[in-house]
Parts: sequence; structure tokens; C-alpha cells
Amino acid sequence: MKVSGGANVATNGPASSGSASPSWASRAGPTNRRHVVVRAGTLALRFERRALIVGAVLMTAAAAVAAAALMIGDYPLTPAQALGSLFGFGDDPLARYFVQNQRAPRVVAAAAVGAALGMSGCVFQSISDNPLGSPDVIGFTTGAATGALAQIIVFDAGPAAISGGAVAGGFAAATAVYLLAWRRGLAGFRLVLVGVGVAALLQACNALLIVRASLTAAQTAAVWLAGSLNATTWTEASLVTVALAVLGPAALTLSRPLGTLMMGDDLAAGLGVRVERRRLELVAVGVALVCVAVAAAGPVAFVALAAPQLAKRLTRTAGTGMASAGSMGALLVLAADLVAQRIFAPTQLPVGVVTGSLGGVYLIWLLAREWRRNPA
Amino acid sequence: MTRLSAKKPEPGPGGGRPDLAQQATGPSPASERAARLRGSGLAVGYGDRIVIESLNVSIPTGELTVIVGPNACGKSTLLRALARMLPARAGLVELDGQPIGSYPPKDVARRLGLLPQSPVAPDGITVEDLVARGRYPHQGLLRQWSKADQEAVDAALARAGVADLAPRMAGELSGGQRQRVWLAMALAQQTPILLLDEPTTYLDIAHQVEVLSLARGLRRDGYTVVVVMHELALAFRYATHLIVMAAGSIVAQGAVSDVVTEDLIESVYGLPCRLIEDPVTGRPIVVPLEEFPDAPAQDDAA
Repeated sequence: MKVSGGANVATNGPASSGSASPSWASRAGPTNRRHVVVRAGTLALRFERRALIVGAVLMTAAAAVAAAALMIGDYPLTPAQALGSLFGFGDDPLARYFVQNQRAPRVVAAAAVGAALGMSGCVFQSISDNPLGSPDVIGFTTGAATGALAQIIVFDAGPAAISGGAVAGGFAAATAVYLLAWRRGLAGFRLVLVGVGVAALLQACNALLIVRASLTAAQTAAVWLAGSLNATTWTEASLVTVALAVLGPAALTLSRPLGTLMMGDDLAAGLGVRVERRRLELVAVGVALVCVAVAAAGPVAFVALAAPQLAKRLTRTAGTGMASAGSMGALLVLAADLVAQRIFAPTQLPVGVVTGSLGGVYLIWLLAREWRRNPA
Repeated sequence: MTRLSAKKPEPGPGGGRPDLAQQATGPSPASERAARLRGSGLAVGYGDRIVIESLNVSIPTGELTVIVGPNACGKSTLLRALARMLPARAGLVELDGQPIGSYPPKDVARRLGLLPQSPVAPDGITVEDLVARGRYPHQGLLRQWSKADQEAVDAALARAGVADLAPRMAGELSGGQRQRVWLAMALAQQTPILLLDEPTTYLDIAHQVEVLSLARGLRRDGYTVVVVMHELALAFRYATHLIVMAAGSIVAQGAVSDVVTEDLIESVYGLPCRLIEDPVTGRPIVVPLEEFPDAPAQDDAA
């Protein structure tokens, strides 16, 4: 007769280890306080309490920044005016124009681009188990830029074609990196090293394209390359929002197997994860997220790198922290874009300049901190 | 002496561990029960390198099978092939009478658990959360945490003797503690078959004994346990079924007392040796014969 392992563990377990019983009772408290389980019928979702709180705080902060972005500008509005104009109330046509056609699409795009970048960064940093394994370091963003630059400079194309070029370029770069790094599976460090190499190559390619461009095309290219939301309309905003509505849930769904992959391929496979298939899906979703973001706003620097890391430090989660990475990304881009608009007003900076300089400071701090902790 | 008798129920050192004394009291012969896990005509390798070629193996149900053999003989490769981590180039792994590939992966993961050689604990994970990861095959996207999950985790923590470590960070544990935590994770998976790939490597002897006696306790409770390891004295001591491998094939298998001979050890490891009897268990201990220039030449005459 076969005895099922399950029954054994459950019945024999507590009795067999004498020292366990007392600590067990005292442990039930703290355990239950760290997690929240939501049950409804057959549904049982489990969240880390701290991650829930951090997520709520981040989203509230993002909403506050978004509200501020609707009010602040050369035509300042009170909260009531801004809200009224947003939903078509109020009798100030100018306010309605600014809020509905200029500020709102920009805010929506900023939030969606930020969330997409944050989640994409989370996917790749988790896959590679390396903070540097984010799409802006391993060539995906650079590849998207190459695609867009080719459209701007070689084909003199319009915005839609530029976005299409960015998506195509990003996917091409990702495919190249994936295939070059794949050797009986995908190892994190190979992904990062190959990605950095491909990024350098594409960077050179981008520089070459710009050098050979006409002056006007080079100017357009430079603005695009900085990553900007300055000319965002509802077209871009709705495209990136719709894409996020599809890709975001996909990324959240995949974050469960992703958390298992972080413990090594053998262990994940032993737990019943289809390792290579799930990883391919994750790469596809992650690349799509970053490509959509780049197509909408250009390569906004450092958000994909910093957002998941910042979120992880706040939530202290051992999971992937996909949702909090997305919320953090949204908050970062919203805030950075507000700064970019106002800091030298009326001159508007590209948002990428702000995230780039903030991200640079963050990266230096991160590296210095890691080095101090374990001097190598 | 070429063969050692294994039956010697020892009283054991006074006040010592009671489980040591019980150890040699015989399990039922391995061949009598149908094997739930078997491989036939297996060929496995990495890239161009074939490690195992046409190997047949069946893992006796309800036994503590220990696989030993020299470095690079294919022990771990065999284990990984049996756990479908490595695809078989040829041949078939069967689990409960069906090709292992015909099951959905989570279904396999509810029957067969594998603790790999170097699992990675995610940064900042608590012991309890790490053990809870073992519940993955029992969960789904919309069914993330049931009462059974919590009970299995608590029971596994207690069983592996790490309940008091539950709130600690996995990263700050000692090697012995960490290995028991990983074992707890494998136990939380609640699989009747458990494959452990070198669970004792890098542990000091006390922790090796701890891990192996846990494995033996599991076997006694009806688990089928397979352990790959190097330390022969402990392997012989704990195995109820021994598989000896060399150069990608199985050269001997069966009860330790039937299998282990000086000739076998010499032919497998290329090491001339003498077998002596473990004074506690009566199981064999390998004593290498080697020219020691400084040693007093007392034991030369064979």
C-alpha cells in the first residue's frame, strides 16, 4: 500500500519534533499578520500586508501627483476647477481645453508609460536575478530607439511609423539578445552580458544614424531620444493605456511562476513550472511592455532600472513585487514629468532628462551602498 | 573479508540516539514492491556530451535508496533525468506506470519532489515563506492559499525541525539549518517520492547525520526517498537500497550487505581498500589502502 506523503507530513509532523510545538504556537500570530488572505468561494488570494500598504501609498501618491499635474501650469486651476473641467463641467472653455486636451492625456500617458517600464524592469531583473538586467541596460530600449531613429532619419516617417519602428526595433533587439544568450536555457548573467554588448552595438548604430542625418531629422531624433511626453495627445495616451490593460494583467499572472524561477530552474521545474515556456512568455510580455512605453514616449531613462528596486526596498518582499514596481514606475514618471514641465517653465524639458539625472544619482547611491556592504 | 553481514542490532551507545540502533532492522526486500519510478533504456547528456547511455533503473517504493559513485559518474544526471529536469535522449522515465512526460508538470510535482544541488533562496525571504513556495503545485492563480497549504507548511517546518526558524531570514542561516529548511520546502510539497541531490555535501558530520536520519524517518513513514551522495560510510549506514554507479551505468544495486565488496569499491573508485565493520551498525566502512611513507608499516600483510 502506498502511503501518501501528504497525510504523513500532516499527521506525524508536529509530534516528531519535540522542540517545535511551543515555538509554533507563538509563531501563528506574526505569520498571520504578515499576510492577508482574501477568500470568496473558491477564490483565495494571498497578499503580503506590507506590499499591499506600499502599493496603496504609491497609488495614492501617484493620484495626488496626477491631480497636481492637472492643476499646475501656465493656466493654473484650483482642484475644483481642474476636476470640473476634466469631466466637462464648469464654464471655462480655456480650462476645459487645457485639462482635457493637454494635461489629461499627458498624465494618463505618463502613468501608463511609467507602469509599463516598471513592470518590464521587474520582469527582466527577476529573470536575470540582477538589478542591471533591466531593459534599458540590456539593449531592448536601445533597439527600440534604433527602430525609431531609422524611421525618423532614413524614412522621414510620421509619429505612427516612428512608434511602429520602436516596437519592431525593440523586439528585434530582444530576439537577438535572447538567442545569443540562450544556451541550454537562459542564465541571468549571460542575458546581462550579451545584452550590454548588443546595447553597445546598437548605441553605435544610433550614433551613426544621427551623424548621417539631415539637421532637421537629427533634431527630431535628439528630441525623441531624450524621451518626452511634451507633445502627447490622446492617440498616444490611449494606445499605451490599451496595451497596458492587456500586458499588465499578463505580467501579474506570470509573476507567480516568475517568483519560482528566481529559485533556480531545477527547483522551479521540480515545483511543476514549465521553465522555458514561462520564461519565453515573460520575455515576450516584458519586451512588449518596454516597446509600448518607448513607442509612446521615447526611451525614458532609468525608470525600468530604478522602479522595481525602489519598490522592493519599500515592500521588502521576497516575491517579484510586480504590482508595486508598476505603481512605483507610474509615480516616478508622473512626478518627473511634472518637474520637467515646471522647473524651467515656460521651457519644457523632456521627461527623460529628469528621470535620467535622478536615476544617475540613484544608481551611484545604489552601487556605493552595495560596495560598502560587501567590498569586492 | 569481502562481504559484511548487515544484521547486528546494536544497543548503541548509552543514552545515544535511539534511531541509530533501529537502523539495521531490515526493511522488506526492495524488489517485492512495484516501483513507482523507473527508467528504461535511458540516454541522458548535456550538449554533445552523453553522460548516461542505455541505463535501466527502478526505484524501489518505500525504500531509502542511496546512489553513490565517483565524481562525474552520472549520479546527479540520473536523478535529474528521473525528475524530468533533463530530457532523455532515448528511453523512457515512467512514473506510476505512465511516461513522466505525459503528466501535466504540476501533477508530477505533486507526486515527485526534487531538492536540487544548489537552490537559490530569493533575497530577503523568510524561512516560512521559502517553505511555503513548496506549495506551488497545489496552488493556482485564483487559489493561492488554502488551509491545507498552511497546515502543510507548519507540518513540514516541524518535521524538518526548523519550526523555530520560521520567522528568520533564509539568508542568515548556517549551512546545516539552510539544508533543513530546503528539506522542509520539499516536504511542504507533499510528494510520496522525494529525490535529494547531494543534500549532505558541504555539511559537517553532525549535520550530515541529521539530514540522513530525517531521510530515514521519512522512509519509515512510507516515503520513497532517493539520495545522491559521496560519503560512503554514511551512504552504507543509511541506505536500505544501494545503487552504485560508474561511468554512466549502474554496476551494482541491492541491499548494502549484498552489494558492497572490496573488489567493487576498488573497481568503481580505482582505490584499493579494506572494508571494516561499523561497530555501531555492522555496516561496512571503507578504509583506503595507500602507501603512506611516514606511516608505521604494520598492516601490510593481507
